[in-house]
Amino acid sequence: MKLRVDPKGAVERTIGVAGLVLLVLGPVIFNDYWVNTILTQMFIFGIAAASLIFLSAYGAMTSLAQTALMGIAGYLLGNMVTQGGAGGESKGLTLGWDPTLAIVLALVITTAIGVTFGAIAARSFGIYFLMLTLTYGVIANYFFGQVTQFGGFSPIAGVDQYTPGFVGEIVGHPDKLYYIAFGAALAVYVAIRYLIRTPFGLSLQGVRDDPARMSSLGYNVPLHRALAFGFASLVAALSGVLFVWWQGQIAPGNIGLAATIELLVMAVIGGLARIEGAWVGALAFIVINNYVRDVELPLIGGSFNTIIGLIFLVIVIVSPDGLMGLWDRLWRSLGRHGGGTPETASVTRQAAPEVSTP
Amino acid sequence: MVETLRHGDYRQLAPRLVAAALVLFGILYVLVLSNPPPADGTFGDWRTTTFGSAIDDPGSFLLILLDAVTFAGLLFIVASGFSLIFGLMRVVNMAHGSFYLLAGYIAYEVQQRMTGQGGFAIAGAEVSTWEWVFPVLVAAAIVAVVGLVVQQLLLRWNQGQDLRQALLTIAVSVIVADQVIAHFPRQGTEQVGGGNAVSLTWPGWTERRIDLQVWNIDYSLARLVMLALGVAVGIGLWLWLYRTRTGKVIRAGVDDPQMTSALGLNIQKTFAIAFAVGAALAALGAAVGSSQGNVASGQDAQWLLNALVVVIVGGMGSLLGAAAGALLYAIVLTFSAAYLPITSDNCCSQYSIVLTFVLIALVLAFRPQGLFGRAG
Repeated sequence: MKLRVDPKGAVERTIGVAGLVLLVLGPVIFNDYWVNTILTQMFIFGIAAASLIFLSAYGAMTSLAQTALMGIAGYLLGNMVTQGGAGGESKGLTLGWDPTLAIVLALVITTAIGVTFGAIAARSFGIYFLMLTLTYGVIANYFFGQVTQFGGFSPIAGVDQYTPGFVGEIVGHPDKLYYIAFGAALAVYVAIRYLIRTPFGLSLQGVRDDPARMSSLGYNVPLHRALAFGFASLVAALSGVLFVWWQGQIAPGNIGLAATIELLVMAVIGGLARIEGAWVGALAFIVINNYVRDVELPLIGGSFNTIIGLIFLVIVIVSPDGLMGLWDRLWRSLGRHGGGTPETASVTRQAAPEVSTP
Repeated sequence: MVETLRHGDYRQLAPRLVAAALVLFGILYVLVLSNPPPADGTFGDWRTTTFGSAIDDPGSFLLILLDAVTFAGLLFIVASGFSLIFGLMRVVNMAHGSFYLLAGYIAYEVQQRMTGQGGFAIAGAEVSTWEWVFPVLVAAAIVAVVGLVVQQLLLRWNQGQDLRQALLTIAVSVIVADQVIAHFPRQGTEQVGGGNAVSLTWPGWTERRIDLQVWNIDYSLARLVMLALGVAVGIGLWLWLYRTRTGKVIRAGVDDPQMTSALGLNIQKTFAIAFAVGAALAALGAAVGSSQGNVASGQDAQWLLNALVVVIVGGMGSLLGAAAGALLYAIVLTFSAAYLPITSDNCCSQYSIVLTFVLIALVLAFRPQGLFGRAG
């Protein structure tokens, strides 16, 4: 038996470790703008994109409701922690509850809503699932836009002033939020990698590949899908809590169709097949967003959205699995020219009989 | 049901009973349970609605029912195009809302130029039928061409990859919506673009009210025209799909594209035609919608939602489903806005969007493929 050589995995691990070291030292290396705006935002949206990619890669459920779930958690937090009265907030319920309790409740309630969403959509597959979750997203957006008790059209502001004691003040200390978001992103990554190796994760992948067979083997297919959706909702909710801390406020526009599509663009740029793609895609999107926003397009005009739309179009045409897909393909072609690693050799072997059979 | 009870299979029965009870309660609430608001101007309890029940105020009930049915006509026009494209090609055209937006503005610009108003509001009496029909035809033609280009360039070479196709149409929707906002409206604003609300004007003869001869109600002729257009589109589509050769090829293509193409029929041409017609229906819907209300940036999301809800409830790719979905959705939307209780200043009609969600949940709980959708 030959030892399995995996140069691609080794390179990826090296890049990963180097990236982590860079990020740990982030506030020392990068300037404030990069740390506070680009990287913190990358962690936060990366978490939300990871929830989308998790559902897509391991459940074959491409969900467009993740932005809405983010927003639901953000709205719950905003309603529960802000205080009304003189000098306080005027929007929302202004309950003024303890921030720790509020965070726990926001996560729990959002997860419960997510399980409900998932249960309703559990028997819809593929493109139907996409449409249904988009409907959830748009409905959530209209809900928060219309219902004035929970905020209404204008934002609930000042949410970042109410953080739990163990977190402390974050308004004046953006590095703190940077590390919190970093830690949360790491935890989410590890949790997803762990979950897909558990019995639940394995049977979820079975459901992804062949729901009918899994069902006849006695697995409860709708339950698996609803629970997976619930887990992804928890992840999205976490990102929503961090998002209101980062932005300080939450408004219906944050969960509108445009925001939903932006998150999808991040996930697709990164690649819908691999969890790592979430943060790669989020970084790429946010960098483009920051440096291309004021560019005026020659000839056709239009704003940043046209550019994003065009980039999205090119990505989907060139590499539907995004940047991570490009990376995988690059290695595959390297392997083919250089005699082949065991991994790529097996891929070609698998493909060969299919061609030769009459 | 008796069998089910005897075997003690309550897991099947309980959700059905709950759903039936919910629907029954909703109907009873509108018909008898609700009360008109107290005379002293205060807010009431959970039974207080703006008009009271259908028995308290049958006139208002009839008006709201007519509003719902006529709005369903508009919903059907837009959603049938969406459903046609999906039914044949399995393409979820996420750009349907953007096509709607584009068509609404094009029709407006053409009408403004025809009547020489240059951005000023047009009195309905000054608009002849032709001055409404021609802008609509122009908008439908342009949007049909846009749809055709999108289909040929982006959707022809990747048939069967439905997620990828949906993502491509999302990209198109982002670009089209942004371009529309950048370039429209052109007339009557100091600066081109901005996506402000503008509206098409119905022809003058629709601008009157018809006496319905019951409960002293007169009803807007324009809204009845809207319903008539919806019905006409429905009949037209039915005749096209079930009484012409192209329709036969389309239906064969829905059932088995490979086999149809193997029989020597040009399925690609049929796909192209269907996509153009679907886009043109979004345009017709936009013309009607912007004549009745207006067209403004942001409505692309709203009309994409409308089309999605109609086809999710009614069932994808089914003409009958689109009609049933449009009617149900319109009834829920219109009645929830009018018949949710008013218990305080900000309760509860603003919660009407929740009922849209309840409608979807109720339908999908029992029929994941929608009311008239085929399984699978």
